[in-house]
Amino acid sequence: MDLTNATMLRMFEQMTRIREFDERAALLMEQARVHGSVHLYCGEEAIAVGVCEALNQDDYITSTHRGHGHLIAKGGDVERMYAELFAKATGYNGGKGGSMHMAALDLGIIGANGIVAAGLPIGLGVAFASQYQENDRVTVCFFGDGATNEGAFHEAMNMASILKAPMVFVCENNGYGEWSKTESQTSVTDIADRAASYSMPGTIVDGMDIAAVHEAAIEAIARARSGGGPSLLECKTYRFYDHVGRDFGVLQRDPQEIARWRARDPIKLWREELIAQGVFDGKTADEITAAIAASMESAIARAEQAPDPTPEALYTDVYSETQV
Amino acid sequence: MTVKTMTAAINEAIDQEMGRDDRVFVAGEDVRVGGPFGTEAGLHAKYGDKRIVNTAISELALTGIGVGAAAVGLRPIIEIMIMDFVSVAMDQIVNQMAKMKYMLGGQARLPIVVTTHAGIDSSSAAQHSGSLEAWFCHVPGLKVVMPSNAYDAKGLLTAAIQDDNPVIYISNKRCMQTSSEVPDESYALPLGVADVKRVGSDVTVVAIGRLVLDALTAAEELAKEGINLEVIDPRTLSPMDTTTIVKSVQKTNRAVVAHEAVRNCGIGAEIAATIADEAFDFLDAPVKRVGAPFTPVPFAPLLEKQYLPGAQDIVAAVRSLYH
Repeated sequence: MDLTNATMLRMFEQMTRIREFDERAALLMEQARVHGSVHLYCGEEAIAVGVCEALNQDDYITSTHRGHGHLIAKGGDVERMYAELFAKATGYNGGKGGSMHMAALDLGIIGANGIVAAGLPIGLGVAFASQYQENDRVTVCFFGDGATNEGAFHEAMNMASILKAPMVFVCENNGYGEWSKTESQTSVTDIADRAASYSMPGTIVDGMDIAAVHEAAIEAIARARSGGGPSLLECKTYRFYDHVGRDFGVLQRDPQEIARWRARDPIKLWREELIAQGVFDGKTADEITAAIAASMESAIARAEQAPDPTPEALYTDVYSETQV
Repeated sequence: MTVKTMTAAINEAIDQEMGRDDRVFVAGEDVRVGGPFGTEAGLHAKYGDKRIVNTAISELALTGIGVGAAAVGLRPIIEIMIMDFVSVAMDQIVNQMAKMKYMLGGQARLPIVVTTHAGIDSSSAAQHSGSLEAWFCHVPGLKVVMPSNAYDAKGLLTAAIQDDNPVIYISNKRCMQTSSEVPDESYALPLGVADVKRVGSDVTVVAIGRLVLDALTAAEELAKEGINLEVIDPRTLSPMDTTTIVKSVQKTNRAVVAHEAVRNCGIGAEIAATIADEAFDFLDAPVKRVGAPFTPVPFAPLLEKQYLPGAQDIVAAVRSLYH
């Protein structure tokens, strides 16, 4: 697949942005500077970026509890995201949602979700609306392997197939559902096999290889946009850290397993690829990473100083004023 | 004005709102054949596949269609055929549509109506007879509407479809078979406003759904004994028009609350508590609650009859206030 240098560079930057965002989110959680739980996307960056780079700006995504990567990949502003983690009024959700509920409807980000697989029926509804409104938009639902054992996954896949909904189901199979191995809770080895039950293509992709993810996403999105119906992409990946934070303390993973996957760090692989292709050299790559890291530090500094929600905010946004 | 069944009134409200606003669509099981109760009769022929959407027997996905479509600008009517089936869709109703606006800091506007059919209707047994309105009254972010007659049903459904919030619209199955005068033209009755169905001076009866009709029957019987009931139908259970209820109790000094749902933790308990809070000094007797016993709905017609609260239970509750 031919990608322009600009696209390849942007993919590197976006993956780096996600990594640098979440590494700092982890520290902020450990320092108790941000509130609640943070589910880190580190290791899975190639999926969010590979897919979202294939979307149009007005396309839609639904996300998960491990959703920071999806938001950044779809154009989310990191300062507003940090502000939400700090529970500030300037956060995406005004400090009323936190990490697990971040959304930006104006960017087509329908939202992270604290309920596993809940984004799939919602994504189905968004895709249905695109058919109804004849607006040519595609909806991508991101979810983990654990979500594919929920009824919501199966109900949404079945109805999406029947309606030929313009959507793509992107499974991030990171080997664990919460603190238990995927194979201990899932009846198939390859989640992609589940697509056959719903008469849609099911494709297995190396989730650490952004070019592979991107190419598969382009095909599935084109199929959805042209009326060909939904597809399932299973991206094989790995959660570098724990279910919650870096080390929650209840799960002992094999260090060799972690090392094996770390060796295939998607950002490292892409950096090597871009150096090999002459897009940049190592020094430039380091400078890009350092600049992104610095931008995160300043975003954190500004977000932490932002105003808290006012006490009145407790009672607002429960209901909408009806506008007939 | 024409005499119409509540079913026909519901059908007319959907039809007129679909005619007025092309963002309104209906999705549900078997809605293309009009639904088992006939609430969508004739609508598929008029509006076609696009706007009358048959779904699989898949309440969670069906409700998700409503949440997602509303989040991006449509105005879905989601039909859950029988109220007991809401349990399958609970995550999308309670965790998603009810909370989305708040969790997202006000970003979302979710104009969704979930229509469903509740209550006992000729031996449908424990999984097809439930009156589960109290479940939804406990959830901030939802509105809950439960009409008792055809006129209210049409006006409240029109308002619910025009409302920019998720509304759970519950039709009692035995009310649906009743008829009353209904204007042919479109009209909306405001949500959150109770209606005094009978003006009286001695006892306030706050009744929900089918029990409104039973309360009016009880009122006729008790009038012969010189007890004059005031019958209030809240019509909207969340938000509830407690002002009308409290004012009435301040006048009558006695109150009975009545619904077909199980008495324990029913919406009647909330109404009774509100009366105790806001009109305690006016009460001459304890507030009595009429509701179903704390059992699942039985199948045997004999047991079902024994289970079902009705006019005689209201009469007995009122009489007990005078001992």
